[in-house]
Amino acid sequence: MGIMYKHNYKENDYPVIAEYEGGSILLTSLDAIANWARSNSPWPLTFGTRCCAMELMAIGEPHYDFARFGFEVARASPRQADMILICGTINYKMAPVLKRLYDQMPDPKYVIAVGSCTISGGPFFYNSYAVVRGADHVIPVDVYVPGCPPRPEALLFGIFQLQKKIMRERNFKKKNIKYTEAKPIVNKK
Amino acid sequence: MTNEELKEYLTGQFPEANVVQGPQFVEMTVSAETLLATAGKLKNAKETSFDYLMNLTGIDYPDCISVVYHLESTRLHQVMVLKVKTANREEPVLDTVTPVWRTAKYHEREVFDLLGVKFNNHTDLRRLFLEDDWGYPLRKDYVDEVRIISR
Repeated sequence: MGIMYKHNYKENDYPVIAEYEGGSILLTSLDAIANWARSNSPWPLTFGTRCCAMELMAIGEPHYDFARFGFEVARASPRQADMILICGTINYKMAPVLKRLYDQMPDPKYVIAVGSCTISGGPFFYNSYAVVRGADHVIPVDVYVPGCPPRPEALLFGIFQLQKKIMRERNFKKKNIKYTEAKPIVNKK
Repeated sequence: MTNEELKEYLTGQFPEANVVQGPQFVEMTVSAETLLATAGKLKNAKETSFDYLMNLTGIDYPDCISVVYHLESTRLHQVMVLKVKTANREEPVLDTVTPVWRTAKYHEREVFDLLGVKFNNHTDLRRLFLEDDWGYPLRKDYVDEVRIISR
């Protein structure tokens, strides 16, 4: 909890908006509390269409347990889910269904595209008549996890990146506050 | 029966058919007119009771479309391959083997959907996966400007 400052991140970490002007201590603390709560329990929607669903099942099993991070309550109904892990190829037949599921999810909602099929069509980019080349043609994606399929550790890392992205959100903004731009974290040497 | 015995039995029973030993199984090529009769005999004969149709697929050759049946006998534990060629590629027509093996109902629908082979006397010949006005995607000359990025 607290405001994210530069010195909280190690050197190899993902560059992030680290400081901003303005913002009262009350609102930024509320922001931090809300983001902490949202990032530590994103409930995924079970959406596995193809082989990457095996990796989704793998991180649910005891070896690469995702219950210790708070994601284990995977809801089958989109009305109760926070995020959607798109595991698998999206066909032209599946694309309207995916859009409908995304529309039915309540805000705040996040999308992780798992595997190369959802990033860019993957191995089906050439010579396929039935594959949508990337899930971001259908719904907006927050995090892309490359791999075919990605290792379970890579998938968990992708969800951690989503957690960091959630921690950067600004939900309680005062109207006339000026925020500085994001500066990349430079090596302190 | 071993492969050699099966090959000799089939050459004896079906003199017009072409029986060879493939890489793994005995392969028999019959003409399109005798397909249904051959299938019935293969299923009902005691020496080769091929009661299980494992697979039914189509192959696109330059001059015709052929359909391949993989048959297994659950009682005698033997496998063979049956091949049929259609007359041409513009109007490929074959007899259905659904009276002999019921599982062919859906397999033939798939071949009709993706390759365009019509089957006579099929009770429910309609498309399985694709929409009604789609082409036949598994043909080698299928062109789709909108969806396919070709390489």
